[in-house]
Amino acid sequence: MPEEITPYQVTPKTPLAGSAAADIREQGEVTRRAFPIVLTAAWAFLAAALGGLASVLGRFMFPNVLFEPVQKFKAGFATDYSIGEVDERWKDKFGIWIVRTEDAMYALITVCTHLGCTPNWLASQNKFKCPCHGSGYYKTGVNFEGPAPRPLERAKIFIDPADGQVVVDKSKQFHQERGEWVDPESFIKV
Amino acid sequence: MANLKALQEGIVNSQIWKSIFRVGIPNTNRKRVLAVLGSLILHLHPVKVRRSGVRMSYTWCMGGTSFFLFLVETVTGLLLMFYYRPTIEYAFTDIMDLREQAPFGIMREMHRWGAHAMVISVWLHMFRVFMTGSYKPPREFNWNVGVVLLVLTLLLSFTGYLLPWDQLAIWAITVGSNMARATPGAGNEGPMSGLIKLGDIRLIHAGDDARFALIGGRSIGASTLLRFYVLHCMVIPLAAGFLMAIHFWRVRKDGGISGPL
Repeated sequence: MPEEITPYQVTPKTPLAGSAAADIREQGEVTRRAFPIVLTAAWAFLAAALGGLASVLGRFMFPNVLFEPVQKFKAGFATDYSIGEVDERWKDKFGIWIVRTEDAMYALITVCTHLGCTPNWLASQNKFKCPCHGSGYYKTGVNFEGPAPRPLERAKIFIDPADGQVVVDKSKQFHQERGEWVDPESFIKV
Repeated sequence: MANLKALQEGIVNSQIWKSIFRVGIPNTNRKRVLAVLGSLILHLHPVKVRRSGVRMSYTWCMGGTSFFLFLVETVTGLLLMFYYRPTIEYAFTDIMDLREQAPFGIMREMHRWGAHAMVISVWLHMFRVFMTGSYKPPREFNWNVGVVLLVLTLLLSFTGYLLPWDQLAIWAITVGSNMARATPGAGNEGPMSGLIKLGDIRLIHAGDDARFALIGGRSIGASTLLRFYVLHCMVIPLAAGFLMAIHFWRVRKDGGISGPL
């Protein structure tokens, strides 16, 4: 019985010995029916490779080690701070003002709530003043002038029971407008 | 099914789709031809490839491998640039951090091994082109473009060598850049540079010759590191990319990948 030839089968010329076409011939032809499967597999492989590459690229942008100040630091003893003053010793390194009042201590984060600049403490005028757009804050951190929409944020502050030192943790913040300044973690009683 | 078809037609006939794919649904022979002719793939890839052109034993695929490695170097190098700072204060520690602390510490190794592999593959490509006589007319111009690309590959390797800023790098570039002293005319120890005089005063000396311009000083230092960084990441890759575009285009214009003799 003669071999049946469908209209889709094209009898190829004898390919050049050693060529890629000859290799395929030796290993068996890809049939018309198998071709979509091969094609799908090829595209799937390409998509998987590109997906893998994209995830590597994405992951690479997130560093494992940061070269920036830690979020939580020890700020010495409460007695190191004078009553009624805004203490600027941690401003450059950690971005924190520590304020001690008659009966409490709290840590203000030195980020203006308008657009994120760093305000200055003007002791003579008894206020924080942002150099960017002129927002002003009282010593408590509450805004009273300029475009700032809400008070400065306070950071978590507590006494380390082990050594009695003040610890400030910037990773937890307290917003006055949410009523969070009454939270016992937002200040220390002294 | 009818809804799906209507949706498909709606998308394909929309202004946005047509602004990207000019032809629309290729439902006539004319549109099919236009779709093929207008394809970016066929702008980059030849319409016809000789059977010998895909035969590994003939081409060794060394040109394609070189280009692939160039792409690998571009991608990995770009990623390294996010973590590496070309200053004497940080360069070496940033290289260490890339290995120890950055995600995928293998990235820098890929860049380094890829660079070695690219130098080898470019040489082998040149060797293959020479042995198959593919430098002969009408391809003589492309051979020359290729020679310049070889030099750029070596310069990329040379400039990248300094960037880790370790002892090997500094002394290798010290030794390597001494060659620039012997530049004819422009190097202070080179031939003919002694002829450039104003009265008795030599105008080409260690403080203003070709080596001085290359390394930005009399010895390898901070300005050399910055200079080589800019050359390595911007100047040479852009020049190589431009020449590669010409190189690949000329391969096709000069009659495609050359066949067996």
